Amino acid sequence: MALVTLTIDNRKVSAEEGQNLLQVIREQGIDMPTLCHLDGLSERGGCRLCVVEEEGSSKLLASCVTAVRENMRVTTGSDRLFRYRRMLVELLFAERNHVCSVCVMNRRCELQSLALRFGVDHLRYDPLYPRLSTDVSHEKYALDHNRCVLCARCVRVCDEVEGVHTLDMMGRGVSCRVIADLNQPWATSRTCTNCGKCVQVCPTGAMYIKETFSAHGEKRPDLPKRIRDGREKHTWGG
Amino acid sequence: MSSAASKKIRLATVWLSGCSGCHMSFLDLDEKLLELHEHIQLVHGPLVDRKDFPSDVDLVLVEGAVNNEDQLEMAALLRKGSRVVVALGDCAVMGNVPAMRNGFHAGNLLEAVYAPEGEKEPPGRDSRGEVPMLLPAALPLHAVIPVDVFLPGCPPDARTIGAALTSLLKGERVVLGEGMCRFG
Repeated sequence: MALVTLTIDNRKVSAEEGQNLLQVIREQGIDMPTLCHLDGLSERGGCRLCVVEEEGSSKLLASCVTAVRENMRVTTGSDRLFRYRRMLVELLFAERNHVCSVCVMNRRCELQSLALRFGVDHLRYDPLYPRLSTDVSHEKYALDHNRCVLCARCVRVCDEVEGVHTLDMMGRGVSCRVIADLNQPWATSRTCTNCGKCVQVCPTGAMYIKETFSAHGEKRPDLPKRIRDGREKHTWGG
Repeated sequence: MSSAASKKIRLATVWLSGCSGCHMSFLDLDEKLLELHEHIQLVHGPLVDRKDFPSDVDLVLVEGAVNNEDQLEMAALLRKGSRVVVALGDCAVMGNVPAMRNGFHAGNLLEAVYAPEGEKEPPGRDSRGEVPMLLPAALPLHAVIPVDVFLPGCPPDARTIGAALTSLLKGERVVLGEGMCRFG
């Protein structure tokens, strides 16, 4: 495999040609924030939290969907990037109804942690307060659209790891929703295997195991990688 | 008023649409309240027997979302009478639980809850009634008045309130410690 040399935050780094920039950045020990990325799933470039600046370009690059190139010079943590990331987190809060205090994932939620990390102490944008439903038809799991950030981790794990593609997205922009099969109550899905991987990878309380008390949700976002490593590399590390 | 008392920081607290949990958390400062007492004079709030909002307040802690016309008036009044306004807790900071009604029409909501049979006019729907009129949406404090400091949390814990008050009493900018500034 050919190697390329690039510069990350003024540090010379070598990487394999075509390697994912986010991965190379993380290998450097840089704590890059992400939301839609999850090890073991395909990249989506949806949340834009992993954006970086590239010298000579005014455009920001989502590092998760950028391949490394010879001689590229990237900055991962400027004031401008911090401001944009903070703005993204605030907009995610403003788009739906995120009420941390009554959520099953309170204090274990990735969106809440991001707000903490970026010092979001209030929202500078007027919240939309959309009226959204919660699908509680499934015997074991619930899907609360109020808390969904449309990261599509559930959709990808359902397709790429469980292999059934029960979940998908419908609509565009603020009308976008995660749906089961042909937009029907989850319990009526003929394809769902009830495996619950979607619940385990959800970064917020949008998907949860029913009858979980407030702040008592626990997730296993490490599952996709573990399952794939077992399947593909026959390694079963913890 | 003695000269010692006049040098004290005049602190007020206000309880809008919230559960009083933020005030409880303030009381959880426990013995630290005694230290605070050396520096502050509590001039208004649920813990003080005084109806009107004074005009020369140094610092006001506001709990709760702005939910009805009376609270809207109160918000304007407290802003006018205070140098530093602190939004205390998630309801004041971002609406929180009171704002969960915002996706619904306020009038229909009042009817569904207080007059389900439609036999009487529900309270809070008429500005001439005894109950203050419900606003179309429960709003965070900064949506209606400029806010100087935000202390999120449901409730913000006593240690967060203590740290913020310590800075504010010294006239310093509030910089909260690791993990103190969080929703929920």
